[in-house]
Amino acid sequence: MAEIRVNPTRMEMKSYQKRYQTARRGHKLLKDKRDELMRQFLDVVREDKALRERVEAALQQVYGGFTVAGAVSNPKMLQEALIYPKKEGSLEVDYRNLMSVNVPVFHLHVHAEGNSDHYNYGMAFTSGELDSALRALNGILEDLLRMAELEKTAQLLAEEIERTRRRVNALEYILMPQYLQIIRSIRMKLDENDRGNTTRLMKVKDMMLQAQMAQNAKAEEEDSDPA
Amino acid sequence: MNYKIGIIGNRDAVLGFMALGFSVHEVSSVAEATKELHSMARSQEYGVIFLTEDYAARMEEETARYRDLPLPAIVSIPAPGGSSGYGMNNLRQAVERAVGADILFKNNETAQTENEERK
Repeated sequence: MAEIRVNPTRMEMKSYQKRYQTARRGHKLLKDKRDELMRQFLDVVREDKALRERVEAALQQVYGGFTVAGAVSNPKMLQEALIYPKKEGSLEVDYRNLMSVNVPVFHLHVHAEGNSDHYNYGMAFTSGELDSALRALNGILEDLLRMAELEKTAQLLAEEIERTRRRVNALEYILMPQYLQIIRSIRMKLDENDRGNTTRLMKVKDMMLQAQMAQNAKAEEEDSDPA
Repeated sequence: MNYKIGIIGNRDAVLGFMALGFSVHEVSSVAEATKELHSMARSQEYGVIFLTEDYAARMEEETARYRDLPLPAIVSIPAPGGSSGYGMNNLRQAVERAVGADILFKNNETAQTENEERK
């Protein structure tokens, strides 16, 4: 770990202690955020997984239906039958705030013209397979959009989780140990200074005592000398 | 604001979606699909763009660009002829990115997943 040079003063130590406390609080908060994000994320992913399985199976059936319809009727006719949508779908997008991640919510609005069955062609020239395939496709429309919503949510959450995890790790393994190290080194330096001071004082006291004793001895000598 | 729903894919894949009122973009090559995708995304008129798996699998880089934006949502759907599992794979990658390990698809024991969650 890179050593950071700081002034070994009490004030500096105080400020680093404060920073360490802040870092610890931030770390705890971020950790909680990460856990909650993870919980939400797993919910989303589980639902999406189930939905995708269902949609993929349904889509295969729809494709199959269209293939059959294409086989029994003229391909040009098929396209002609489908090309003019009777319904116009438009998508309204709201945003939902999920743990401060903005995720889209899709609402489908269908504007149907006239009476609202979903066959946008006359029955005369098309086959029954087309009808059922189209009906099936209509049935999974909601699911398709829900899937899009969930998948987007999952991706956005994944990004946020990754970022949060990185922050948590940076605090836990880099910043906080660094602060602790600085605080410890300042404390050791201060203690060392303290000990130095104490020994110096003891030494000075010693010297003073010796001087005193020497003086006393001299005075005694002088007292006893005339006698 | 109202958005459109787009779909990109081969002719036989996207034909049916015409009837639903999707904005259908029929393509026959990856280059074409890429061009369509970018112009649709740039127009900002699309909320969701469905892309068939046969193209999506070969347009990883292009779709990754929109992965972390709120819109558009680019969703891969299976092409006619069976799912290649690409869509699921995408989901698994998201899990790996978030959790750091693939905990959802390896096994379906929820108990274990729950444990990983706690950590």
